[in-house]
Amino acid sequence: MASQLQALGSVPSLALRVSKGQPESSSAVLLGANNLFKSYRKGSHIVPVLKGVDFQVRPAEFVAIVGQSGSGKSTLLHLLGTLDAPDSGEVHFEGKRIDNLRYSSRDQLRNRCFGMIFQSYHLLPELSTLENVVMPLMISQRALPYWWNRRGYLERAAHLLEIVGLGHRLAHKPRELSGGEMQRAAIARALIANPRVLLADEPTGNLDQDTGAEILEILKTLNRRDQLTIVMVTHDNAIAAQADRIVRLAEGRVVQL
Amino acid sequence: MYKLLLSWRYLRTRWIAVASIISVTLGVATMIIVNAVMDGFTAEMYNRLHGILSDVVVESHSLSGIPDPAWHQQQILEVLGDDIVGMTAAVRVPAMLNFRVRGEWVTQQVMAIGIDEKSYADVSDFSKFLLHPANRDQLSFQLREDGFDEPLPTSGWQHRRLRVGYERAYREQLEQTERTREARFRKQTSHVVPESLRFDEPDHVAMASAEEPAKDTVPADMPDEAPAAAPAAAPVAADTAEASPRLPLDSEASPPLASPPVAGSVADPFRRSRDEDEEPQAVFDEMSEQHTGIVLGIAIASVRHRNPDNSVMNYFLARPGDDVQITFPTSGQPPKAVTGTFTIVDCYQSKMSEYDSMFAFMPIEKLQQMRGMIDPESGVPSVTSIQLKLRPGVDLNAARDKLRARFPTDQFAYRIDTWRDLQGPLLAAVQMETTILNILLFLIIAVAGFGILATFFMIVVEKTRDIGILKALGAPSQGVMSIFLNYGLALGVLGSGMGMVLGLLFVTFINEIASVIESMLGQELFDPTVYYFQKIPTIINPLMVVWVVAGAIVIAVLASVLPSLRAARLHPVEALRYE
Repeated sequence: MASQLQALGSVPSLALRVSKGQPESSSAVLLGANNLFKSYRKGSHIVPVLKGVDFQVRPAEFVAIVGQSGSGKSTLLHLLGTLDAPDSGEVHFEGKRIDNLRYSSRDQLRNRCFGMIFQSYHLLPELSTLENVVMPLMISQRALPYWWNRRGYLERAAHLLEIVGLGHRLAHKPRELSGGEMQRAAIARALIANPRVLLADEPTGNLDQDTGAEILEILKTLNRRDQLTIVMVTHDNAIAAQADRIVRLAEGRVVQL
Repeated sequence: MYKLLLSWRYLRTRWIAVASIISVTLGVATMIIVNAVMDGFTAEMYNRLHGILSDVVVESHSLSGIPDPAWHQQQILEVLGDDIVGMTAAVRVPAMLNFRVRGEWVTQQVMAIGIDEKSYADVSDFSKFLLHPANRDQLSFQLREDGFDEPLPTSGWQHRRLRVGYERAYREQLEQTERTREARFRKQTSHVVPESLRFDEPDHVAMASAEEPAKDTVPADMPDEAPAAAPAAAPVAADTAEASPRLPLDSEASPPLASPPVAGSVADPFRRSRDEDEEPQAVFDEMSEQHTGIVLGIAIASVRHRNPDNSVMNYFLARPGDDVQITFPTSGQPPKAVTGTFTIVDCYQSKMSEYDSMFAFMPIEKLQQMRGMIDPESGVPSVTSIQLKLRPGVDLNAARDKLRARFPTDQFAYRIDTWRDLQGPLLAAVQMETTILNILLFLIIAVAGFGILATFFMIVVEKTRDIGILKALGAPSQGVMSIFLNYGLALGVLGSGMGMVLGLLFVTFINEIASVIESMLGQELFDPTVYYFQKIPTIINPLMVVWVVAGAIVIAVLASVLPSLRAARLHPVEALRYE
């Protein structure tokens, strides 16, 4: 698997140089959260999930957020990815505050700057693998421009699927794929729009150990070779250990190691 | 792009969508079919209602009518000018029509209409409905030889000669019978019978002698009257035989007036009237001459019913060539009944039973003369109505109002109406029926709409996670919403498109379909004895089709608005968590 990635990585036209043009200095924070509070309403009483979380990711960093169930790690990821808005606190991306942006701007941000993968893959069951991968481009483009450029986009999607080792499954529907294959397709989909950050929510949670390891290998390769910034949420310390840095959450707060 | 792709995919992979499409299809098809048939029926009815009516009628309230019609026609011309295509004067008067069927007098109530045979065709389509081709070109009150269209049997002079010849032969035979019988009767009573046999023997002989000739001479085709004549004759003969001892024994000497008139009047109850008829016959030869012509509605003198083999038959009680008597009131005060004999020269079939069973047309001059409508001083005949035909496209109501302004009710006792006013209640009923039917049918499509609504809510719930995924991938809420709106639009377009095709096909082949259904149910859907047509009339109004299809699409889209809004408002995180 890794060798395959290496081989493909040598192709000069590989369009994954997300961090290209980005200053190499690791001091600048790419994505950060300041003093985040978030609570959910469950019936009549309010359940606080995040109680003042600070978090920073630098470009090309691979950060793992670990914690037990209910520690608020997924919520933190959702807030970072603008899927949800915090009760208080701020989220910054490239120095700009993003948690209070208008819906449409946040939609665009998710579409263009963040790639997301999930524990249960979240592929659209009616679409083929290729169509699933190209979906973010379909969303960002209007129908007519997309139609004009569809050939290039589809080629790009097919190329990405080859990189993640799914080149032979382009026309298959998600239900015909195994868990590992679905997660690879999800990774390819997360990468298609050249995101600045990859947000991964328990990417190996539903997979057996070997397949999980393969997926993790892909992420590590992307991070190392293409300088892709990755924030990964997991409850598994062994997997978290593979990351550059680990942030531990407990009871809605960051635990200092 | 993704919106179209996903709408399309959801459409293709959801059987529930097919149910929605079918409900829309059925709704649209039903509306198109029902509207086409209703339009067909309505148009057919308008045609029939308008059929022998002129566009505008100026009618006098009184039976004595409008004096000096020429002046009125002049005034009408001045008021309406170029709008008038045709104008004619007519006399309408309620009347009784009598004709003989197998010796019985049948009386029908009719509306006798005196028309000018030349100009009446200008104001109404009356002549179109006549059953003789030559009369359709130009109506004539002269009886034609033959060649009447279906459903009339042999009519005209041919029938008249046949009938008159038949009647004469029959009378001849009847008289012959009578003479024979009288002769025998005389012979018998003159016979000297011994005292001992007088009470039983003559009875027996008289019976035999009375029956025998009747059996021999009664024509085979008139069986009804023969038995009536024979038993009636028998007791009389017996009576006279019994009474014979009191009569002078020498019957040759007895006055011939005494017994024959008694016997004759009982044996032939029609003899008396026939004798009266024979008076004009001295100058009027039924074989070659006719009375004034009259055109009857086909239902006045015919019965329509169904044969055992299911074919529809018309039985004619009177037909062209037969004579009828018409009794109508004179125009004086108080009206007196006058009766005239007319010869049926043609029938008309407007397929509007109200007209076909009501109107009898005759020459206006005859009616005016018989009713005493001709001013004895000036010699100008009056009429009861003036009928107008206007240029196509002229507003009939406006023309009517102009005429009403010219002939105000407080000065002229006239009723001025368009044909629509005359048939107002019926037309209004049909109009209301159409409207209500359309409302009900539109409710069907609305039901289909609610079906779509329910289906869509289900689909949105089922697709909650997909909606979350799309939002996580950066799809805006409007995008998610338009997926489902597109979906609704696609359902509407597909459903109503299929419904349109289905409906139009159904309408095109409606008669074939009706006959298939009839053969399956064994029951006739459109009874020709009731509807007067063999085929179901349909009219496809393109505008109606467009409205129905557009309405169905709008309803489908409206039904998908609520579910779409719900989809758009889903919170991405909650949607993603949805299992």
